[in-house]
Formats: sequence, C-alpha cells, structure tokens
Amino acid sequence: MSALRTAGSGLLRSLKIMARNKVGFLGFVLVVLIVLIAYIAPLFVPLDKTAHVEQIYEGPSASHLLGTDYQGRDNMSQILNGGKDIIYVAALAAALGVSIAVVLGSLSALLGGVVNNLAVGLAEMVLTIPHFPLLIVLAGFMRLTRPTSLALILGALSWAGLMLAIRSQVLSLKEREYVQAARCLGLPIRHLLFQEILPNMMSYVVISFVLAMTSAMYQQVGLIFLGIVPLASSNWGVMISLAWSQGAIFSSESSWYLLMPIAVVALLQFSLVSMTRSLDELFNPRLRMGE
Amino acid sequence: MATLRKLWRNYVFQRLVKAVIVIFAVTTLTFFLVRLMPGNPLEVYINALLSQGVPLADAQAQAAALYHVDLNKPVMLQYVEYLSGVVRGNFGTSITAVGTPVSKLVLQFLPWTLFVVMVSLIISFSVGLLLGMVMAYKRETWFDHLLSAFASVMSSVPNYLVGMLILVYLGVRWKIVDTAAIRGSHSPDIHPGFTLTFFLDALYHATLPILTYVLTTLGHWMLVMKSSTLSTLGEDYVTVARARGLTDARITLAYVGRNAVLPLFTQLALSIGSAVGGSILIETIFTYQGIGSQLSLAMVGRDYPVMQGVFIIITASVVTANLLADMLYSRLDPRIRVQGR
Repeated sequence: MSALRTAGSGLLRSLKIMARNKVGFLGFVLVVLIVLIAYIAPLFVPLDKTAHVEQIYEGPSASHLLGTDYQGRDNMSQILNGGKDIIYVAALAAALGVSIAVVLGSLSALLGGVVNNLAVGLAEMVLTIPHFPLLIVLAGFMRLTRPTSLALILGALSWAGLMLAIRSQVLSLKEREYVQAARCLGLPIRHLLFQEILPNMMSYVVISFVLAMTSAMYQQVGLIFLGIVPLASSNWGVMISLAWSQGAIFSSESSWYLLMPIAVVALLQFSLVSMTRSLDELFNPRLRMGE
Repeated sequence: MATLRKLWRNYVFQRLVKAVIVIFAVTTLTFFLVRLMPGNPLEVYINALLSQGVPLADAQAQAAALYHVDLNKPVMLQYVEYLSGVVRGNFGTSITAVGTPVSKLVLQFLPWTLFVVMVSLIISFSVGLLLGMVMAYKRETWFDHLLSAFASVMSSVPNYLVGMLILVYLGVRWKIVDTAAIRGSHSPDIHPGFTLTFFLDALYHATLPILTYVLTTLGHWMLVMKSSTLSTLGEDYVTVARARGLTDARITLAYVGRNAVLPLFTQLALSIGSAVGGSILIETIFTYQGIGSQLSLAMVGRDYPVMQGVFIIITASVVTANLLADMLYSRLDPRIRVQGR
C-alpha cells in the first residue's frame, strides 16, 4: 500500500514537472486521451459496416455527430474505431527502430574498429536511400497484409539517423569517469551499456521514440493512402484513402468524411511532437535548476 | 597502395565512392527482389501467359524481353547483364504502357519533380533562414511566439494532409484556384521549350505542390535557424566584432548569418531525399505528372520494370543531390575537408 502511495506521489511529481511547459503538457494530455479513446472506445462503440444507401454523405446531425460516409455509415464510430491499428503500428515500428539504433549505435561506439566502420557505413547508406520510395518498392514485393509486418518493415528502415546520433552520444559518455571506472573494473560490455551508459541517455531515447512514432505514422498513413497496404480493416488511413478516391472533397457535407480523419491524424502528430518538450523538462534536470 | 590511401583521404573522392556504392546496392536489391521473392513478378507474369495458352518458351521470351533478362542463364549472369544494362541506361520496358522503355518514362517525368522540389527547397530554405534569424533577434517577443507556434504546428503535420486541406479549401470551398485548369505539369496547348510563357505555365501548374512543400518544411528551417543563430550570437567572435564597432548590418550578415547557416547545409542534403520521397504522395494528390506519381501508378498497376527503374533513378538523383550539397558544404566550411587528415 505504501509502495503504491510512493509510486502515486512520484507520478504526481513527474506530472507537475511536465506541466511546467504548457504546450508540451497539452500535447501529453492529448496523446494520453487519444490513445485511451482509441483503445477503449471500440469496446463500447461497435463498428457498423453495413451500407445505408438512404443516408449517403450526410453532414453532421444528432444521430451522426460527424456525418456519414459514401456508404451511409457513421463517421464518428469509424473515427473511434480507427486509431487502434495506426497507433499500434507506429509504436511497434518506433520501438523496433529505436532498439536497433541503440544497440548498433552503442556497440559501434564501444567496440570501435571493424564493427564501427561497418555500422556507420550501413547507416549512411540507409540514410541516403530515399525512404518512402524504398518502402513502396518493398511493400510492393512483400504484400504486407498484417499490421505487424508493416510495423516491422517501417521499423527496420527507420534506425539509421538515430543510430548515428546515439553513437556520438555514447562516444562522449564513454569518456566519463564513472564509465571509465566500470571499464577498469573489467565489467562486461552488457553492464557498461545497460547500467552505466543507457540510463544517462534515457531522455534522448524516449524523445527519439516519440519522434520515431510520428514519422512511422506519416509513412504508414501515406502507404495506406496510396493503396499499397491492403484496405482490409478500417482505420484513419483507410478513411482518408477512401474519402479521397470516393470524391468526398467535392461538397461540404461529404468532406466531413475526409476532414475528420485528417484532423485526428494531424492532432495526434502535433501532440506527439509537442509532448517531447514536456519530456525534455522531465528528463533534463538542468532545465529546472532554480527549484 | 600509398597513392590509393592518399586518394581515399580526398573528401570528394570518398563521397563519390560512397555514392556509387549506394546506387549499386539499390540496383542489386531491386534485381533480387524481383527474382528471388516467392511469387515474384516474373513467375506471376509467365504463369499468367501460360494460363492464356501461350507456350512456355514464348512466355519466357516475353518476360525476358520485359525485364531485360535471359531466363535460361544462371541468376548471377542475369544479374551482371542487368547491371550492365542499368549502366547504359537500359531498364527494360513498361508492362502497362506496352513497349515504352522505362528510361523514356523517366526522362519524361523526372525533370518535373526535380523542378518542383528544387524551387520549393530554395524558397523554403531562404525564407526559413530569414525568418529564423529575425526570430532569434526578436526572441521572446510576440513575433517570435507567433512564428514559433506556426513553425511547430506546420512541421508536425504530414505534408500530404496539408496538400489535401489546400485542395479542399483553396480549390473546392473558397474556389481561389481552378482545380481543373491547374492539373498536370503544364497546359496541353503550351509546348515545352525555352520560352517565358512555358516557364510561367509550368510554374502555375506547380503552384500547389510548391505551396505544400514550402508550408510544411518552412517551420523546420525557421526553428533550426533560430537556435543556430542564438548559439552563434554567444560566440566570442561576435562579441569582438561588436567591440570593434562594426555596424549591426555587417555583424548580422558576415559574422552571425554566415556561421549560423553552416550546420543547416548538412540538413539540406537530407531534406532533398525526403522531398523527392514525399513527391509520390504530393504529386498523386495534385495529379501532377512527375516521377513520384509515376511510381505510385506503377505500384498500383504492378508494373515492376517501371518500379525498379524509377526507384533506381530516384535514388541516383537523391544521391547526386546529396553529393552536390556535400561538396558545397565542404567549400563553405573548410573544417569538413581537412577532418580526415
């Protein structure tokens, strides 16, 4: 019970620190809200996929708060149900990309030599190849049908820039006295990495994770929009893609079907980016000196 | 050996070798993707012809002609032949536009994309630098706050969504732009050539893509330039310049601006890549006939030779642009050139 209370007050204190940056905190709150709604709402609001031809492309009304789509289905329930996959793919892709970046970046900085040359060379190469066209070509050959496989591809291509950044961070961290001390004690690389170096880069890693999510979301929704990822399920990207191909832009009633998913995706992107400011505030004690 | 090592130390030479390696790797990747993946397009194509009653030998001959390969030879030999074809600019022929060489498609559509990307990049880079510097000089004023808010919103929203919003509002709702007339890369009755009418017409058709690019990348340049200027303002040489009694204009341009801009050039190189990559989405939205919309058409039509060729060319042009930006940067900042020595 007391452990719970400590955790609670620790959380409260963290939130207070994060609230110091107002825009950042707003972003954080919005991200939490959007993620919660995306995962909880589908339990209560079922997705009705049957067409209602008598109410095609209607504007907002009491029964359809956000209007209806090209088959007369409710936009609101599609928005509520459409975030789960997008967020899952973005988070998984970001987690994979950041993990590869951290492991490769710190190994090449710690081991140096051939490993370093190979890893840096590979990263520079992956960085120069334009990502989105590469994704399109890969997706074309691999027929990505499951969200997980899409996330894996997105993640596998997203590590290069971050890896170079992490490498230069580790290069400077490893010269610090406490790391040198651990080295002299003959502690294994695993210990150096996970006990000494990684905790000191945590803020950078977490912020990079959030930013990696935004770029994974950009690419994901883009691929769905182009129709390269099959439109089996219903999500925000599929809504945008269908709204575009079904001519939703041409009247103000129908454009709700296009504008709503755009608004949600844009809001989530903006919230994620501004959330990093609060995270910076939380992780970077130098920013809150005069406390 | 000693001369080789000396040559390797040459910055430009090193970049050149790396650029060639990247293009080579991409060519190799696309070659093996087409041939070795399960259910690869070659097999699919041959099977489709077989099911139409075409004899196996004919079907293989047709597939071989399309992909510019000889199926009876071992894969490695096919690979070498494909590479030598690519070096000579031969990427096979399109499946959907029967008989059109891929290289012809590329030559026809690539210039439009490069035109849009270059113009947008120049506008957003220079305007971003200017606004970023002003923001740094007027930090913590309403001007700075307003522009910072604009910059952080615009740089976080995906560019294709901004493009859609532009089309919905400027085109359909407010009818500021005639969406039917602005489609495509130039008007059908105006022929390409070195005339002012043609240039203005091309610019008119590129307005919306350029606007989209500029709006979505401007914020990034503003924010980076602001922080770069702020850190430069604290440098000793700026203080010394002030102490020497130089005019503000001279300090701003020659001492602060020139140094603050340097770190941005490395990012310029990378942003070319993402702009060309983003062209696939932007051009599809505005039905602009560039290389990006060709790639997405090829994708939808499963036109693999075109996909391969366009992807190699896109990579090659991004790599070349990177190379040029790198060389420019090493001219501007001598520290880069001598780093390896």
